Amino acid sequence: MNNKITVSCTKKNLKQIRDFVTVYLAGYKLSDILMNQIVLAVDEICANLIIHANQEDPSKFISLGITEKSGMLKFEITDNGVAFRRSEYREPNIEEHIRIGKKGGVGIALVNRIMDRVEFESDERQNTCLLYKKIK
Amino acid sequence: MPMKITNQIKDTTIIITLDGELDASSSVMLDEALSDPEIMTYSKILVDCENLNYISSAGLGVFISHLQRFEDAQIKLIFYNMQDKVRNVFEILGLDLLMTIVSDYEEAMTIADE
Repeated sequence: MNNKITVSCTKKNLKQIRDFVTVYLAGYKLSDILMNQIVLAVDEICANLIIHANQEDPSKFISLGITEKSGMLKFEITDNGVAFRRSEYREPNIEEHIRIGKKGGVGIALVNRIMDRVEFESDERQNTCLLYKKIK
Repeated sequence: MPMKITNQIKDTTIIITLDGELDASSSVMLDEALSDPEIMTYSKILVDCENLNYISSAGLGVFISHLQRFEDAQIKLIFYNMQDKVRNVFEILGLDLLMTIVSDYEEAMTIADE
């Protein structure tokens, strides 16, 4: 099965990524809710990389690879943009966002709550985000 | 087209029907629709989510960013006909407790008239 996709950094390609994840997961007989959660978590990371790390530059690319071993799904998302600084990340206060009318900043919170493990790695070559989800 | 937004007016209520997937790309359209000054002339905004098949944080963010403005203007924002998987995304962030989500149109109209 094809388990890797590379797309250029435009928001319109997010649909292609979601469809790719959906097709890959189709054989695992997941519930609608779990399937949607996993697709969402991958979409959120890819959206952040496209918009923030690569400034929607269509000459840049992100790649997603999916593997499954012993009931553990692993999503590996790589890019060459600005690295995510996890140490600067703060969990959002949603009520405060509503009060001040803030539009963004809840995507990573969704990812953290959906996935079993979320890792960010960077070296001089590329940035890698690893998402793990136990499904069996 | 990933997202289609249609409006229907009934007296002082505007019914916004969302059809498709609300992601970082398509949520811009929704933001434009909710930013239209005319929307502030209604007393109720009903959002029909029956054909909303997907919502990401960008879509949620649009509603989050307009909610206080509607509340300050005493405009009720009510979601109905929401699919379980979409409602689950609201629930993960606790937004189901901060926003009004009801089962169907009749209930939405009843709440809107309170």
